[in-house]
Amino acid sequence: MNIFLLFGMGLFALVFLCLYRAVFGPGVLNRIAAISAIGTKTLVILLLMGFIYNRVEMFVDISMVYALLNFIGTITAAKYLEMKGEL
Amino acid sequence: MAILHIASIPFLLVGFFFFLAATVGLLRFPDFFCRLHATGKGDTLAVLLSLIGLSIYEGFSLTSLKIIFIAVFMFLAQPTSTHAISRAAMRCGLEPWVKNKEEIK
Repeated sequence: MNIFLLFGMGLFALVFLCLYRAVFGPGVLNRIAAISAIGTKTLVILLLMGFIYNRVEMFVDISMVYALLNFIGTITAAKYLEMKGEL
Repeated sequence: MAILHIASIPFLLVGFFFFLAATVGLLRFPDFFCRLHATGKGDTLAVLLSLIGLSIYEGFSLTSLKIIFIAVFMFLAQPTSTHAISRAAMRCGLEPWVKNKEEIK
């Protein structure tokens, strides 16, 4: 059994646990925090997929773009809520 | 199995432990700020450890340099986004959770 496959399966289970907070979490802010945590786990899962398929040099770029998009999305939602001034 | 492959396994295991701790904190803590406290720090450390382990497994190449770059970027970006969203919560008037309010006042 591959160690990367085990690690990826564990992270996949953790993503579903985070999805509970993203679906049922009270309010917008809890959902944003949960989506940010899911994006962080997805970044590592993408790299692990690259190691499983022996195509790391392709998947590392996708992972980098995913890190940027996750960061920009969280910052955008936080700025929007801050300018709106209420929940 | 080369020595680099064995050396990368403890990093991956400790990284998975911190991912697990951050997820349990996100699910179980009573308040938004407590949950952010768990995920902001736990996920940062877990991503850092996992990516260091993967780059050790890869060896010295352009790909491992890119993985280290992702780790440095996450080390900067994750606290920034945590700070921004907690500041937005404070500006929106979200009250922090206290155990019983009479003792504070």
